[in-house]
Amino acid sequence: MAKVKGAVVVNTERCKGCNLCVVACPSDVLILNKEANSKGYNFSMMENPDDCVGCAACAYVCPDACITVYKVRV
Amino acid sequence: MTTNEIINPANLVYAKTKVMNDTPMHYCPGCSHGVVHKIIGEIIDDMGVQENTIGIAPVGCAVFAYKYLDIDWQQAAHGRAPALATAVKRLLPDRLVFTYQGDGDLAAIGTAETIHACNRGENIAIIFINNGIYGMTGGQMAPTTLHGMKSSTSPNGRTVPLNGHPLDITKLLAMLDGTCYVTRQAVHNVAGVRKTKKAIRKAFENSMLGKGTSIVEVVSTCSSGWKLTPEASNDWMVENMFPAYPLGDLKDL
Ligand SMILES: Cc1ncc(C[n+]2csc(CCOP(=O)(O)OP(=O)(O)O)c2C)c(N)n1
Ligand code: SF4
Ligand code: SF4
Ligand code: SF4
Ligand SMILES: [Mg+2]
Repeated sequence: MAKVKGAVVVNTERCKGCNLCVVACPSDVLILNKEANSKGYNFSMMENPDDCVGCAACAYVCPDACITVYKVRV
Repeated sequence: MTTNEIINPANLVYAKTKVMNDTPMHYCPGCSHGVVHKIIGEIIDDMGVQENTIGIAPVGCAVFAYKYLDIDWQQAAHGRAPALATAVKRLLPDRLVFTYQGDGDLAAIGTAETIHACNRGENIAIIFINNGIYGMTGGQMAPTTLHGMKSSTSPNGRTVPLNGHPLDITKLLAMLDGTCYVTRQAVHNVAGVRKTKKAIRKAFENSMLGKGTSIVEVVSTCSSGWKLTPEASNDWMVENMFPAYPLGDLKDL
């Protein structure tokens, strides 16, 4: 059966750590980093990259257009 | 397949539209303004009208909208965006002209301009960000502030005897003969973002078809003014704003 695998890239300097992508992700892929960017925001990152399905929910809701999404069928 | 192998231009499914530039937006974390800016940029990109679009920025938190979307802009005095849009569209009828306005801008100081532009049926789209508060100036009560809602000028909550009723201006605008499309949306989740995008696209298309005025209200959050996290703001909006400002089309001719 074809399986979908995804990955996201967060623009860590643009991210404001609002957490809305973390909430929107249906697969619990994302968390906020303990490290902060140069503005002091704890930016979003993939904690469980293997669970990403490339649905782009995180990217749709991001108010700052920080997330780029990739998807492949494997 | 490793993450690094997946991250390849051939597998791209979503990226920031180029109509939105790389200037960091000044909005508070999680602010609905950012989501709506992004949607507008995507629609302009999809429609291929970047060179042909003129936005009218308001006074309010979105006063700097012109810094983030690479289209032509005018910036109006507080509340006057529909009047300015009227002039721009009448002088340059081949351009896509839209206003972007908060609730203080559109439903308080700009009430007259809003109502008369809609009543004249100007061929413009009005994007109305209703967060129930004056975000920019520190969270004062707006005409749209809900019954019982706290703001810096209604610290114990809005009351009818003192402050009157919340103004559902969108319902009022739907009654005017000049409006062709009046809808209320929200961008708190993926379905909402998709529907809002469809609605704004339709409003833009209507304006180019000369059908009259379209209004897309986006019921929005102001986490700073509401003193909640962005996530809690979305929940609060669903629970409290949606009953007063129910989502859906009010008019679609
Ligand atoms: C003529 C005039 N009166 C008052 C102000 C002060 N002022 C600036 S923004 C604003 C309200 C903005 O609220 P809203 O339109 O809801 O936008 P938001 O910031 O909530 O997005 C006010 C009263 C002004 N700039 N100009
Ligand atoms: S693309 Fe979908 S699954 Fe992957 S992180 Fe974003 S929301 Fe989660
Ligand atoms: S939604 Fe965007 S700005 Fe907010 S934490 Fe996620 S990536 Fe950062
Ligand atoms: S004050 Fe409110 S409306 Fe203004 S940027 Fe902050 S959250 Fe958004
Ligand atoms: Mg407001």
